[in-house]
This record gives sequence, C-alpha cells and structure tokens, in this order.
Amino acid sequence: MKIIVLLKRVPDTEAKILINQDGNGIREDGVKFIINTYDEYGIEEGLRLKEKVGGDSKVTAVCAGPEESTEVIRTALAMGVDDAVHICDPALAKPSPFTIAEVLAKAISEEGFDIIFCGKQGIDDDMAQTQSILAEKLDIPQVNNATVFELADDLSKAVLNRRIEGGDEKVEASLPVIISCEKGLNDPRYASLPGIMKAKKKEIRVKNLADLGFNEAPSSGRSRVLKWLPMPKGGECKMVEAEETVDAVKELARLLREEAKVV
Amino acid sequence: MKFEALDFFEIEKSFNEEEVLIRDTARKFVDREIIPGIAEQWEAGEFPLDLVQKMGELGFLGPFIPAEYGGAGCSYTIYGLICQEMERGDSGVRSFCSVQGSLVMYPIWKFGSEEQKKKYLPELAAGKIIGCFGLTEPDAGSDPRSMTTSARKDGDGWVLNGAKMWITNGSIADIAVVWAKDEEGIIRGFIVHRDDEGFSAPEQKHKVSLRSSVTSELVLEDVRISADRELPGTEDLKSPLMCLTSARYGIAWGAVGVLQSVFDEALQYSRERIQFGRPTASFQITQAKLVEMATDLTNAQMMAYRLGRLADSGAMKYYHVSMAKRHNVNVALEAARKARGILGANGITLEYQTIRHMCNMESVHTYEGTFEIHTLILGEYLTGLSAFGNE
Repeated sequence: MKIIVLLKRVPDTEAKILINQDGNGIREDGVKFIINTYDEYGIEEGLRLKEKVGGDSKVTAVCAGPEESTEVIRTALAMGVDDAVHICDPALAKPSPFTIAEVLAKAISEEGFDIIFCGKQGIDDDMAQTQSILAEKLDIPQVNNATVFELADDLSKAVLNRRIEGGDEKVEASLPVIISCEKGLNDPRYASLPGIMKAKKKEIRVKNLADLGFNEAPSSGRSRVLKWLPMPKGGECKMVEAEETVDAVKELARLLREEAKVV
Repeated sequence: MKFEALDFFEIEKSFNEEEVLIRDTARKFVDREIIPGIAEQWEAGEFPLDLVQKMGELGFLGPFIPAEYGGAGCSYTIYGLICQEMERGDSGVRSFCSVQGSLVMYPIWKFGSEEQKKKYLPELAAGKIIGCFGLTEPDAGSDPRSMTTSARKDGDGWVLNGAKMWITNGSIADIAVVWAKDEEGIIRGFIVHRDDEGFSAPEQKHKVSLRSSVTSELVLEDVRISADRELPGTEDLKSPLMCLTSARYGIAWGAVGVLQSVFDEALQYSRERIQFGRPTASFQITQAKLVEMATDLTNAQMMAYRLGRLADSGAMKYYHVSMAKRHNVNVALEAARKARGILGANGITLEYQTIRHMCNMESVHTYEGTFEIHTLILGEYLTGLSAFGNE
C-alpha cells in the first residue's frame, strides 16, 4: 500500500509572530519552525497503517516549502516515514492553496498513492483549503476532520469518524482517498534517537517546478492575499474597585448595563 | 509559562541537524512526560519508574553505545544534549540516565567480555533492566582507593563482602556493577544480580535533595558469583575513574539545563511580579542578579559545547571534564539560589521549578567528585604538584 503524508513547515505554536515591514510575511529571525501539528496526526496515522498492513507498504512524505523545510522533513523521516519528496522552487514563495494543490497533485500522481493523510489545516494561515482542492485535482473522495480511522480488511475502503458539532459522524469512503486529520485521532510518536540516526540515510527527492513539468507557478485561484496585519489591540481594561465586594458587583452590573450595554 | 531556553551566543547554530532534532525530542519529552508530574513525585520521594522504558525506546539510555549492542551509536555531543534536557526536567531523571549509560553500560562496553556485552547492553539500552554502580562506601567517598569491599577468589568464582553507600538506582536495579579489592589490593569490577544470595539494597530515606531519585545502600554478605560475572578488562582504580569521567561529562551538560530552567523562571516571574507599582525586574538588584545568571549560563553552555566537540574528536581529557563539571554545577547552584531569591516567597514552593533544582544541585555539587576534589584535580594538573592528603 502506498501511503502519502503531507507536511507543512509552520512557526512553532509558541512563537511570537511579528509581521514584516512590507506586510507580506512574518519576521522569521529567531522563530522556531515545526511540522504543522495537524500534519503530525497524519504522519502517525500513516505509520500505523503501514505497520498494520505490512508487506511492501511504504509511507512517503510530500512537502512543498522553502529550502529550510528539510529540517521538518527530516523529523518526519526520523518518526519512521520511509522517504520524502520536497517541492522547492523560488517561484513558490508565498503560494496560494490553488498553486500548492496543483503542484502537490502532480508530485503525488508521479509517486502513486492509495491513501493520503494531511492535517485539517495549517496552523499558520488557517486556510484549510489545500486538501479539498487537491482532492478535486486528483478526482478522489476526501474526508475532513477525522478522529477515528480504520481500513476495511479487504483494503478497499476506509471507515472514519468525523468530529462535528455535538458528536461524531461515521463515514465510509472508497480508496484512494484523502483524509484530513483532527486532534484526537492519535498521539503522534516522538522522533527517537535511533530514528534520527536512520533518517540520515533516507532519501529526500528535491523537485523544482520544471522537474514536475511546470513552466511557471500554476495559477493562484480567484482570491489573493493583499496584506497581513498585526492583531488588533484589545480595548482598555477597566478595574472596578470598592471597599465592599457587594458594592463592586453593583458597580460592575451598572457598567455592563449602561456602558457596555450587554445585559 | 512556556519554557524558553536562553541561547545568548547562538550556540544553537553550531549544532548540526541531528543534534538539534534529538535535543528537540528530548525537550518535548521533558515538557510532556517529566515536568507535569515531577513536583509531586519529588515531594513524595518517588522516581518516575514508568518513564524508563520510554526513555529506552527513544534512545536516551547509553546513546553512545554502538548499535550492535542496542545503543544508537551517536556522538558524545548528543549524549550531552540529552543530559542537558533531562536535567532541565529534574536532576534525578538525569542521574538515572547518567548511571544507566555512563556507569553501567559504559563499563560493560569498555571492560566486559563479548558475552557480557551481548547479554546486558541491549536490555539496559531498552530500559528493560536497570543498573546501578557501586563504588562509594560509608567510609570511602572522595578517596575510593581506601575501599574495604573485598573480592576473594573461590574456586572458579568470587566471593564479595562489604557495603556500598549513596548508590543511585540501587533498590530498583536488576544488576549492580560493584567494585571490590582482590586479595592483592587490586580493584576489580563485578556484575552482581539483584537476586544473588547475600545481596540486598535497602533504600536511603529522608533526603532533602534528589528526592525523585532512588538512593540506596548495597550490602554484600558472602555473595558468591561465577567467574563470568567479573569484568575481564579492568585496570585497577583507573577503570571506575574512566566511568566517572563519562558520567561527569554528562553532569557538566546537565547543569546547563538547570541554569536554563531557573534563569527562565526568574526572568518570567520578575517581569510579571509587580511591587511598588512596577515589575520587580525593573529594579537594579534584580537586574544585576539576572545578568550574572545569564552570563554564568552562557559560560557554562560554551564550556559544555566545547567539551562535547573535544569528546567527539577524541581529544577530551579528564581535566577538561573536571573543569566543566566543577564550574557548571557550581554556577548552576548559585543561579538556583539567586532565582530562589527573585521568586521571593513563591520561590520556596514546589509550584515552581526553582527550589527543586536548588535542593537537587546540592547533591550534584557533592557527587561525582566534589567541587573541592575537582579543584585539587585541576590544581595538580596545572602545577604538577598533588595537594591530596596522603600522597
């Protein structure tokens, strides 16, 4: 079984994000980058599937991103992924989901696939579009926000739970399929020291647009990002003070009613 | 409060990709598996035994041991980085790794027979069995040559008698590497099993330091073992001292983890703690303390980094290790005390990391060659004159 896991290099969840001067990106100095946390669930599920199915099953990571993405790719290899494709081209700086889905579709088709796992969204720009466009380009079903994944014994279809408002939805999909992963699907393994030592010998196939048969970056869809803006500042905080708590509560209620007009 | 490791001189950039990856794994492991429960375990006087197999799976136990014996065959720098992260969690956890790796796996690897290596090393690396190291005795601490534990030849085997003290992991160990003097006064190493008749390892209680580490006595009363339990390649006192050099190397790195932890905690606390209408970090006395801590941390970091590179190129000598252990642990203890002060009353509760580190560092300052002994080792090396009492 040929398993593809998609990776995105994103700033650490704890990183302090500052917009650059041109408003078209973030300041990367001193920022630690990690594998998109939702993609980690995809990697783990891909590895578990390989361990379960066995035989000549293989997990290949596919990552489109700048040169520095090698580090997160190496982490995936250290977790146990067999090999990786790194799509890297200067023309892909700040790509739209359409562009990325188009090049991923090409690379994934070249690799061959039975099942594709990815995160439900990138934790950096939160667009959550790539997997859906990719499903369309590959003309395969997609199941989003999976929290439980199982493969039928004859390997012909996937049975999944999707977390929806108030409960779970049980879904069946034929293979090949693309599955976007939600928190709770699994507990991703660590990149172990033996895994890291083995990862050194695993292959990362670097491909640029020309290698994938593109003359230029594929069209970017119908929307485009104009500018990135810093988080708007929150309103002033007003402290209610009084000698007796009961008076403070009265004053708070008055402010909520008369000034904030929320009660 | 999310931990941020100060890296003032950008040493991170000197580490290669795999060094950074394993450091990241170890850091994540400490954040998720050690920090959340360690204060409670420390207070209860418990070692987090359930983490041992996990540490084995991740390759944290004896990582420098070659892959053919179950290790990862990695560099000493990687071993150092693992120690740094473990000790950022707790000195007790790092002590466990040091003992298992440097004091049990290392002597079996260096002085053991092929059969011993194949029998014990893979299980020790996987965390399936635990080891301890018996050198120190109630009346032989800094002066191990004066040990009285004896090994008497008995037919094909040996009979061991004596008592060891301050033995990390003793009561939870499946095997003990025990050092004893033969009838000619030569120090030899033996592998004693937990269930060998005449062997017992009662735990030493009532410690106010390293509370999340098991410390024990080893009692050997006519313990009869076969000849294949002796480590055949030892050379008198030199052999246990080689083990100690390896362990002290890890401690020099571990101290950096403590420095990063207490500095980060003091910095974050003092920026948020308001007194007299301003953050306590805005006061000159606090700033002076923080600057001293940051400078000491940076010094310790550079010493550990360089020590790692010396070890990996084969140029590391015992005196390099002595200087790094002596310096790094000393400044870590001082920094922990300063941080304790900056945290004020909160600095004495286990809600924060600092007091635990501060208490732990008192042990680390004393064990594996006291601060004073390392001073004498360096003094002797620099002057060519020994200041040890009886020489």
